[in-house]
Amino acid sequence: MIQSSFEYIGKKVTMFLSEAGKITRLFGQVLFWTFKKPSEVKSIFEQMVIIGNKSLAVVTITSLSTGMILALQTGTAIERKISGAANMLGGIVSLALTRELAPVLIGLVMAGKIGSAITAEIGTMNVTEQVDALKTMATNPVKYLAVPRFLAAIFMLPLLTIYADLLGTLGGLFISLNIFDGTTGGYFESLNMYMRLDDVFKGLFKTVFFGAIIAVVGCQRGFETEGGAEGVGKSTTSSVVISSMLILVTDYILTAFLW
Amino acid sequence: MHGLSLDIPDKKTVVIIGRSGCGKSVLLKHMIGLLKPDSGKILVKGKDIAKLDDKELDEARKHFGMLFQGAALFDSLTVAENVGFALTRFTKKSPAEIRKLVKEKLALVGLENVEDKKPAELSGGMKKRVGLARAIAMDPEIMLYDEPTTGLDPIMSDIINELIVELQKKLKMTSVVVTHDMKSAYQIGDKIAMMYEGKIIEEGTPKEIQHTKNAVVKQFIKGSAKGPIQVLG
Repeated sequence: MIQSSFEYIGKKVTMFLSEAGKITRLFGQVLFWTFKKPSEVKSIFEQMVIIGNKSLAVVTITSLSTGMILALQTGTAIERKISGAANMLGGIVSLALTRELAPVLIGLVMAGKIGSAITAEIGTMNVTEQVDALKTMATNPVKYLAVPRFLAAIFMLPLLTIYADLLGTLGGLFISLNIFDGTTGGYFESLNMYMRLDDVFKGLFKTVFFGAIIAVVGCQRGFETEGGAEGVGKSTTSSVVISSMLILVTDYILTAFLW
Repeated sequence: MHGLSLDIPDKKTVVIIGRSGCGKSVLLKHMIGLLKPDSGKILVKGKDIAKLDDKELDEARKHFGMLFQGAALFDSLTVAENVGFALTRFTKKSPAEIRKLVKEKLALVGLENVEDKKPAELSGGMKKRVGLARAIAMDPEIMLYDEPTTGLDPIMSDIINELIVELQKKLKMTSVVVTHDMKSAYQIGDKIAMMYEGKIIEEGTPKEIQHTKNAVVKQFIKGSAKGPIQVLG
């Protein structure tokens, strides 16, 4: 019984280390091929459109509702003790959004939307021998498939987060005006008083890492896919789970170092 | 595979036959360096493919063309982009010149006006032909075919077989075809090699194979359930 428990733990630890090794190895390869000419310019722009433009709707809903919920929850709580909560909401909502909520929520949402799509696409290419076909045509799959997705993700995630910061703040303003009888001037005065520009930059800095995690894990799970449709499904699920966990752990580490 | 030895003559078509799952496709993938052997050599023009580094391997692969079992067309690209894939990446030809070459290669495999279609819009036979056009786009010296007729109706299989023979005559390539379709093997092969239990157990001209005395080969080419080949289950 004890022996089998140790065996089980040992197997899981070995599996974890092996997966971590594969992801790190692919990350190294992606960095290496990123600086090799010629660049896949067309593919990079295509991926930027997929990751950026085509995610606008989901980012809009996520950020707007987060800003509104945040204003509603904190406003209600503050109103219990202090009247005139509306005057403080601008600072609270924008600080929470820019420093933490927008980067991490966009990271998690994009892990689900983009990470899964990357894994499903590359995984399907792998099981239908398209990745082998690339190799037979003297084309490195990491350079052709992973690098454009990596560059697009690390560039588009900060942009999407800026958009989310703005929309979330506006969502908070909407609640402040309509629920707590605040004024636009009071909301932005509070924002101005509590928030600094480096709060925004620190949040955006995190999203570069989140973008890298989503793209590298997405591609790695795709390249490892085997076993037809069932394999693609399993890889896609594991891609989202691994990316999400890594985003949360990385978020803590970066937060601890940055603040 | 263990103790396998096979010589592929220059500018001839060698057909490797054998039961499904006996390792024919694995052998083909070793020839182009997609898989590496644990031991042994794969000599292509005197160079051991298994010993080449990534850069040398990519250079060597530019002389190869490969038709995959499911055609392996890139589904995010159009037919023209698929066929012109290597031309765009490895030649300095203008888009107009590439478009013209793509049309020529598609005409060679009997296709026209499909350039702007996506692979999902094509039938199985058309996909195979586009895959063939893509494989010959760079005028390869060595052509590998992995089960070229599998999954096609008998008429389309015959068309693909004729295409392989025709391309062989026109382009003078060294071809290796992996199949378990005996009609196809007799039609296209200058030499047929039978793979069984990880080894090449017999090789010869189509006529020699048809008149073999080897019981295993006999059973396979006749497609008989009874014989020395053990069928489990």
